[in-house]
Amino acid sequence: MIDFELSEEQQMIRDTVSAFAREEIRPAARPADESGAIPPELIAKAWQLGLVSGPIPEKLGGDGGERSAVTGAIVAEELGYGDLAIALHVLAPRLLAYSVLEMGTDEQRGKYLKSFTGPSFVAASAALMEPHYDFDLTALQASARRDGANFVLNGTKCMVPLAKESDILLVYAATDPGAGFAGVDGFILPRDAQGLRVSEREKNMGIKALATYGVTLRDCRVGADARLGGDKRANFSRLMSEGRVALSAMAVGMMNAAYEYARDYAKERKAFGAAIATKQAIAFMLADMAIEIDAARLLVWEAASHLDKGEDALKESYLAKNYVAASALKVTDNAVQALGGHGYIREHPVEMWLRNARGLSALDGLATV
Amino acid sequence: MIDFELEPQVVSRLKMYRVVAEQMMRPISRECDEHEHQKPTQFYETMWSASAMAEFTTPTDGAGSKADGAKAADRGPRLRNLYTVLSTEELCWGDAGLFLSTPNSGLGGAAVMAAGTAEQKERFLARFKSGKPKWGAMAITEPGCGSDSAAVTTTATREGDNWVINGTKIFCTAGEMAAEKSEGFVVVWATVDKSAGRAGIKPFVVDHNTPGMTVTRVENKLGIRASDTAAIVFDNCRVPLDHILGSPEVNREGGFKDVMATFDATRPIVAAMAIGVGRAALDFVADFLKEQNVAIRYGISPRKLTAIERDFMEMEVQLKATRLLTWRAAWMLDLGKRNNLEASMAKAKAGLVVTQITQKAVELLGPLGYSRTYLVEKWMRDAKINDIFEGTQQINMLIVARRILNYSSKELN
Repeated sequence: MIDFELSEEQQMIRDTVSAFAREEIRPAARPADESGAIPPELIAKAWQLGLVSGPIPEKLGGDGGERSAVTGAIVAEELGYGDLAIALHVLAPRLLAYSVLEMGTDEQRGKYLKSFTGPSFVAASAALMEPHYDFDLTALQASARRDGANFVLNGTKCMVPLAKESDILLVYAATDPGAGFAGVDGFILPRDAQGLRVSEREKNMGIKALATYGVTLRDCRVGADARLGGDKRANFSRLMSEGRVALSAMAVGMMNAAYEYARDYAKERKAFGAAIATKQAIAFMLADMAIEIDAARLLVWEAASHLDKGEDALKESYLAKNYVAASALKVTDNAVQALGGHGYIREHPVEMWLRNARGLSALDGLATV
Repeated sequence: MIDFELEPQVVSRLKMYRVVAEQMMRPISRECDEHEHQKPTQFYETMWSASAMAEFTTPTDGAGSKADGAKAADRGPRLRNLYTVLSTEELCWGDAGLFLSTPNSGLGGAAVMAAGTAEQKERFLARFKSGKPKWGAMAITEPGCGSDSAAVTTTATREGDNWVINGTKIFCTAGEMAAEKSEGFVVVWATVDKSAGRAGIKPFVVDHNTPGMTVTRVENKLGIRASDTAAIVFDNCRVPLDHILGSPEVNREGGFKDVMATFDATRPIVAAMAIGVGRAALDFVADFLKEQNVAIRYGISPRKLTAIERDFMEMEVQLKATRLLTWRAAWMLDLGKRNNLEASMAKAKAGLVVTQITQKAVELLGPLGYSRTYLVEKWMRDAKINDIFEGTQQINMLIVARRILNYSSKELN
C-alpha cells in the first residue's frame, strides 16, 4: 500500500545519522577537500555508528540488523548531506563486506565478515571502474579467464577507493565477455596478490577527500574459491542496482545541502534594497531545486523499495541514477549561481558540491546500501 | 513504512478504468477533437449510469476526505484522494477532454466539498447520485484576472433573502453543461466586500438556469476539445442566502483559505490528468519503437545510449518522478496533512514535464507524429492545458517559492 512515511525505526536511524552528518561531517568537509585527508577520529566515530557492521550476523560479531535498501538510502542521503567524499570513505568497506554478505558463499562470509565487526575502521574496497571513455558495466574490459582450478585476471581499474589502505579488494571482471551483466564476476583478492598492483593516488576534480587509486591486474592468478558466490556466482546486476541507489541517495543529500545553503544565502543577501530571494529569478531557481530534490528522493526510494522486495531493480535504479546525476549537477550549479561571484570562491562550499556532483556519473554503481 | 506498491484490489479496479479508457474514450477521441462542441451524449449516458465508477472518479470525493475523513472511510477506500489521482491518470490516458466532460460534480463539487458545510454538501451534491446526467462547474477566472484570482471583480450583494451576483466569468470548464444543459450548478466566486481584498471573496452555488445567469460563449481551443469551456455572465443573478458556501462572515485573517483549500485538492488531480496524457504518448512511442525493433537498453553506460534511447528514458523517468510527487500530494491530503507546497510542486512539474514529453513524442515519430492519423499530435495539444489551468506553472512555482522561503504573497510577488 502506498505510503510515504518513514517507519519509527527509520526515523530514529535518520535522526542519529543526520545529527552526525551535520555536526561532525559537515565542518570537516572543506578542510578534507583541501588537504585530501579525512581526520581519523571522524572515521572512527562514523565506524562506531555501526554503518558497516549493522547487518552482519551476530554469530560473526555483527549487530545482526535487518538490511534494507530503503533504510540504506535514508542513511546514505544523510551522510551525503554531510559530505560526499567522507560518506564514500566511511562506507567503502561495505563495497566488499555487503557484497560478500549478500552474494558470498558461507565460507566467504565466515572468512571475511568478522574483520568488519571490530571496534575500529577496517578499510576494504571494490575495483569496478575502468579508465576508458566508453566504460560500461555490461562490457567490462577487465577479464577473468578460467584456467583449470584457477582464474587468471587481466585489466586496468581506476577510481578504486582506499585501494592502498585495504588488505582485501573485490575486483570485478568479465568471465563471459558479451554476456552483459550475467558475464561479470567479482573476485576477492588480497591487495598483495601477485600480479595486482595499486598505482599512485589519483588526482580528481572533486570528491578530493576520498583517496582513490588505479589498480592493474597482470596475469593475476586466483583460486576458484575467490569468486564471489563460488560456483553459484553473484548477481552483478543487483549489486550494481544497489550501488546506483546508494550513490543516488548520497547525491540527494548533497543536493539538499547545496539547496539549503543557497536558500539561506539568498534570504540574507541584499541587492537593490531587498533580499535577492524576493526576486522571482532567484526564488524560482530555488523552487525548482526544491522540486528536483523531492522528485529525486522519491525515485531513489522507489528503486530501493523494489530492491527490498527482492527484485533486481535494474531499470528503476538506472533511471533514478541517471536522473539524480543530472539533477545534482543542475541543483549544485544553481547553488553556485545563486551566490554569484561568492559561489565561485572556496570560502563557500557550493563550488565543492558542484565539483562533487560531476563525479557521480564517473562512479556509476560504486557504492552500496 | 515507505511503499509504492498498489494493493491488488486497487490494481484490478484500475483495470476497469483502463477498459473504459480503451473502449469508450479512445474510439471517439479523434472525432470529438475534430468536431468541437458536438456532444457525445451516449458517452455521457454510459458514464453517468456507471454510478459506482462516477463516485470513484469525481474530484468531489477526493476533495472531501480531509473534512470528512471518517465518513469517507465508510464509503470507500481510505486513501480517496490517492485513488482519485490513480483513476484520473487511467481515464486521461484514454482522453483528457472526455474526462473533463464526464458528467459529475466536477470542480463545482470540489469547491462545495472544500468550502461547504455538511448540510450544504448533502443538499447540493445529492443530485449527482440519481436522475439524468448532470454537471457541476466552477467559475473563478474573469476577463481581467486569471492567475491573480484575488482580483475578482464579480460582486455578490445581499438584498433581503438573496445574494445578487453581478459580473463576467470566463474559462469555466463544463460551464455550459452545468449552467444550461443539465440540472447541475455553477459555483461562482464573488466578492462580498471589496475593501476586504482576498478575504472578501466567497463561493456561491448558482443552480442551473437561474435567471440572470447566461452562457455567452463557448471557446474554441487548442486541445481538450471534447470539454466545453464557457463564458458566463451574471446579471443581477439572485440566489438564496444559504447558497453561500461556508460562512458569510468575512474573516480578514483567514484570507483566501477556501479557494486555496480547493486548489490543494484539485492540483494533484490536474497533475494526474497531465500524467495520463503523458503516459498515453509514452506508451505510443514505446509500442512504435518495439515495432521498429528499437530496443531501450537499460543499465548500459549512458555514454553508449542512442539519442532515441536517451529521449525515451528521459520521458519515462520524468513522468515517473512527476507521478511520485503527485501521489505524495494526494496521500498527504488523505492523511489530513497540509499539502499546499507538495500539491503545487506536483502541479508545476506535471504541467512542464508532460508538455515536454508530448512534444518530444511528436518529434520522435517524425511525420507520423505530426499526422492527425494518430492521436499523438492531439495529446500534445491536450497536454498543454495542464500547464495552464488550476494555476499556471508559474503560479505554482510562485507558491512553492513562497512556501520554501517562508515569504508572504506581499514579500514575494
